[in-house]
Amino acid sequence: MNADIRPIRTPAEQALVSALGSLPETGGGRLADLRRASARAFVENGLPHRRVEEWKYTDLRNLMREAVPLASPATVARADAGARLLNGADLRRIVVANGAVVRELSDLDGLEEGLSIATLADALASGDAVLGQLGGIVPARYDAALALNTALASDGLVITVAPGAQIERPVHVAHVFAGDIAAASFARSLVIVGAGAHFTYAESFEGPEGLAYQANVATEFVVGDEAHLDVVRLQEEGAAAIHLATLLFDVGRKAQLHTFGFSSGAAVARTSLYATLSGADSHVAFNGAVLVKDRQHVDSTLFVDHTVPGCESRELFKHVLDDNSRAVFQGKIVVRQAAQKTDGRMMSRALLLGDDAEMDNKPELEIFADDVACGHGATCGAIDEDLLFYLRARGIPLKEAQSLLVQAFVGEAIELVENDVLREALVERAEGWLRARG
Amino acid sequence: MPAVQETVEQVRSIDVDQYKYGFFTDIESEKAPKGLDEDTVRFISAKKNEPEWMLEWRLEAFRRWQTMREPDWARVSYPAIDYQNLYYYSAPKRPSQLSIDDIDPEILATYEKLGIPLRERDALLGIESAGGSRVAVDAVFDSVSVATTFKEELAKAGVIFMPISEAIREYPELVKKYLGSVVPVTDNFFATLNSAVFSDGSFVYVPKGVRCPMELSTYFRINERNTGQFERTLIIADEGAYVSYLEGCTAPMRDENQLHAAVVELVALADAEIKYSTVQNWYPGDKDGKGGIFNFVTKRGDCRGDRSKISWTQVETGSAITWKYPSCILRGDNSQGEFYSIAISNGRQQVDSGTKMIHLGKNTSSRIISKGIAAGYSDNTYRGLVSAHRKATGARNFTNCDSLLIGDKCGAHTVPYIESKNSSAHFEHEATTSKISEDQLFYCRQRGLDPEEATALIVNGFVKDVLQQLPMEFAVEAQKLISVSLEGSVG
Repeated sequence: MNADIRPIRTPAEQALVSALGSLPETGGGRLADLRRASARAFVENGLPHRRVEEWKYTDLRNLMREAVPLASPATVARADAGARLLNGADLRRIVVANGAVVRELSDLDGLEEGLSIATLADALASGDAVLGQLGGIVPARYDAALALNTALASDGLVITVAPGAQIERPVHVAHVFAGDIAAASFARSLVIVGAGAHFTYAESFEGPEGLAYQANVATEFVVGDEAHLDVVRLQEEGAAAIHLATLLFDVGRKAQLHTFGFSSGAAVARTSLYATLSGADSHVAFNGAVLVKDRQHVDSTLFVDHTVPGCESRELFKHVLDDNSRAVFQGKIVVRQAAQKTDGRMMSRALLLGDDAEMDNKPELEIFADDVACGHGATCGAIDEDLLFYLRARGIPLKEAQSLLVQAFVGEAIELVENDVLREALVERAEGWLRARG
Repeated sequence: MPAVQETVEQVRSIDVDQYKYGFFTDIESEKAPKGLDEDTVRFISAKKNEPEWMLEWRLEAFRRWQTMREPDWARVSYPAIDYQNLYYYSAPKRPSQLSIDDIDPEILATYEKLGIPLRERDALLGIESAGGSRVAVDAVFDSVSVATTFKEELAKAGVIFMPISEAIREYPELVKKYLGSVVPVTDNFFATLNSAVFSDGSFVYVPKGVRCPMELSTYFRINERNTGQFERTLIIADEGAYVSYLEGCTAPMRDENQLHAAVVELVALADAEIKYSTVQNWYPGDKDGKGGIFNFVTKRGDCRGDRSKISWTQVETGSAITWKYPSCILRGDNSQGEFYSIAISNGRQQVDSGTKMIHLGKNTSSRIISKGIAAGYSDNTYRGLVSAHRKATGARNFTNCDSLLIGDKCGAHTVPYIESKNSSAHFEHEATTSKISEDQLFYCRQRGLDPEEATALIVNGFVKDVLQQLPMEFAVEAQKLISVSLEGSVG
C-alpha cells in the first residue's frame, strides 16, 4: 500500500502526451513558456488518480481511459443547431464550438461602453497586452485539467470591463460540441472586471447525447476593487461526455463575487474552483446545484483561500442523486494568519433518491488565524418520510410529492442567483430534470 | 470543591515548567542490542518465551515492514526517525510478576509518584475512598509489564486480565484467534512495526454475559533513554459482556524524541460493550519543541456481533507528535460506535487525530464529538472518516467537531471524509472554528477572574460534553490536565 508504483500510461494519457508534442504555435515568449511548463508537468504527472488527494473520489485515470483526437472546427450550421441552451433569453450570446469562437453566431456588435470582447485567438495573434494577465492565477497544487488546458487551448474569449462600467445585459458564452466523432476540445478565457464595475457572466455547455467527447474549459477572472461580478454556469453536456472545468478567481478589496453552478450533464464532470481573496473586506459566495441520475459522476471541488482580513465567504451546494449516480463535494477553506476577522460558512447537502447512489463529502477547514468564525456542515440522506407522508395525506401522488420536495430543496440554492432571467432559466431546467425523471 | 474552582486553583499553582511527570527513575535495565533486524525480533520473542507460531508471526510482520514506507499524509512534520538507532526492548533487571514484593522498590516508588498504587492494599484504601470504586491496574514499564493488580478477584468473575506476553503462553488459542484480526499485520507502517517488535501490553477477555466487576486500567511509562515503546493491547468482550478500560501514559523529560507505536484491538461480540478511555500525557517536548514523544498509534474496535457497542474517549494533551485515529468497524447489525475526543496542543505540539466509523451492518449508528484546542505555535488537525457501505441500510451518524484557537500563531484544521453509498444512510456533520469570544472573556473578567482563569473556565465549558463521558476518577484528572496544558497560552 505504501509502495510507489507508477502504472503504465493509459491510452488516453498516451494520446494527450503525443498531442502535447505539437503545442499551438501562437502566443509569444511568456505564454510559450507557460505552455511548455504545463506540458512538461502533465508528461511528468499524467492524469490524476485516487492516490492524488484532490482527485481521490474522481479517478480520472480510470474514468477517462479512451484516447480521443483533438477536435477539429465545427461548421457554423452544426454549431448553430447544437447551441440551444438559454436561447432566446435577453443575453449577449457568444458561441464557442469545439473550443473555437464562432463569429457568425456571436453577438459582438454594439458593445456597451466599457465592455470589450475579443477572441483569444485574435488576442494571441495581435499580442494584446492584456494577455500579460493570462495564467496569472496559479493554484497551489498541480492541476492536470488546468495544465492540459494551458498547454493546448488556442481559442476562447478575452473580456474586459472598464473600471466603473455597469453592464446590465449579461454576456452568455454558449459552449457546444458539434461533431460526429468523439474528440477533445479546449477553451481558455480571461475575464477582467475593473474597479467598481458591475458585470454578469453566464456560460452553458452542451453536446450530442451519445458521443464520448471531452470538453476542457478554463476561465480566469480578475475581480477589481469594489467590483461586482456574478457568474452563472449551466452544465448540460451530452450523457457520455467528460467535462473538466477550472475556474480561477482573484478577488480585490471590497469586491463582491457570486457564482452559481448548475450541473446535470456529462458522464463524468469535474469543476475545480480556486479563489484567492487578495483584497480585504470582500464578500464571496460560491453556490451550486447538482442533479444526477443513471451512472453519472459529478464532482464539485472548491478551494477558497483567505489571505487578507475581513472577508466573508459563503458556500451552499445542493445535490440530488438518482439511480446509481455519484456526486462528490470537496470544499476547502484556508484562512491564512493575516486573514483575521474572516467569516466563512460552507454547507453541502445531499438528497439520495436512488438506493445505489453515492455521495462523498469532504469539507475542509485549514485555519491559521485565531479571530475567525468558520464553520462547515454536510448532510446526506433520503427524503424525509414525514414530509412525504404529509403531502401524500393530502392526495398528492408519490412521484409528484417527491418532485415538490426536491424542487424546494434545490430551489433554496437557485434562489441565490441574482439575475432574474438566469434564475428563472435555472428553475426551469431543474423542473425539466424532475419531469424527465417521470 | 466545585470542579471549576479546582481548575482555577490548579492553574494558579503551576509554574511555567508544567510537566510534572518528567522525572527519570534510575534503575538497572536489560536491553536488546540497539537497532532492528531479524535477530532483534528473535531476541524479543525468546525473552518472552514465546511459542514458535508467535515468532513466525512477528518475523512475517518484520519482513513485510521492510517493504513499507512511512506514511506522509498526516499534517505533521518531524525529523526522520532512525529506526536503527533505537532500543526495541528494555526491561527492569529485577524479576517481576512473581509477587509485588519482588518488584524493584524504585519502580514501585515511580508509580507511587505517578499516583498509581500497585499494592492492592494501598489501592483499596487510596482509590476506593476517593471514588467509591476500585480499579485493577496493569503497569507497563518500558517494554515489560511489572505488575497487575486484583488478578485473583477478577479471575473469580472469570475475567482474564494479564500482560499479553503471559496470555500468549497461557491462552494461546484465544490470542491466536483474535490477535491481528482487527488490525491486520499488514495494516500500516507503524502497526506492522508494532506486530514485529511489540514487547508487552494488556490482554483482557471478558466471558459471556459477565459484567467486569471493576474498571481495568493500564498505566504506561517510558523510562529508558533511546527506547521505543511498542505495546499491544487486545480486549475481547464475549457475548453480552461489558468492560470499561482506562489507559494512561507518561514519560520523563528528555531532549531527544522517543517513539511510541502502539496497537490496540477491541473485539465486541453480540450484545457486548467496551468502553475505552485514554488520558494521554506523554512528554510533549519543551517550549521550543525540543524532545517529546512521537506517538503513532493504531487503535481499532470491531463491533463484530449484533447490538454490540464500542465507545472511545480520549483526552490528548501530551506528545510532540500525535498520530492517532481510534476507529470502529460497525459490522454487526444495530451496533453502535462512539468517539469522544479532546485534543489540546500547546507549544510546538502537532496533533493529527480523529476517528473512522465504518458502517457495514444494518441500522448501525455512530456519534463523533471532537473538541480541538490549539494554543502557542501548535497545529491541531481533526481527520475523520464516516462511511456507509451499500448494505449498511439505515446507518446513522452525527458528527460535531469544534476547534478553539488561543493565540494567532497556532493552526486548527478539520479534514472530514463523509462517504455514503446508500440512500437510507443519514449523515450529519458540523464543524466550527472560532476563538474564545470577547464577550465571554469580558463577562468573566468583570467578575474578577484574570485572563488565564477566565480562559481555563471557558475551555472547561467547551470540552464538557467529552469530559462527561470519562469515568469519574479520570474526569477529575483530565480536567486538571487541561488547565495545565494551556498554562502560559494566554497573555
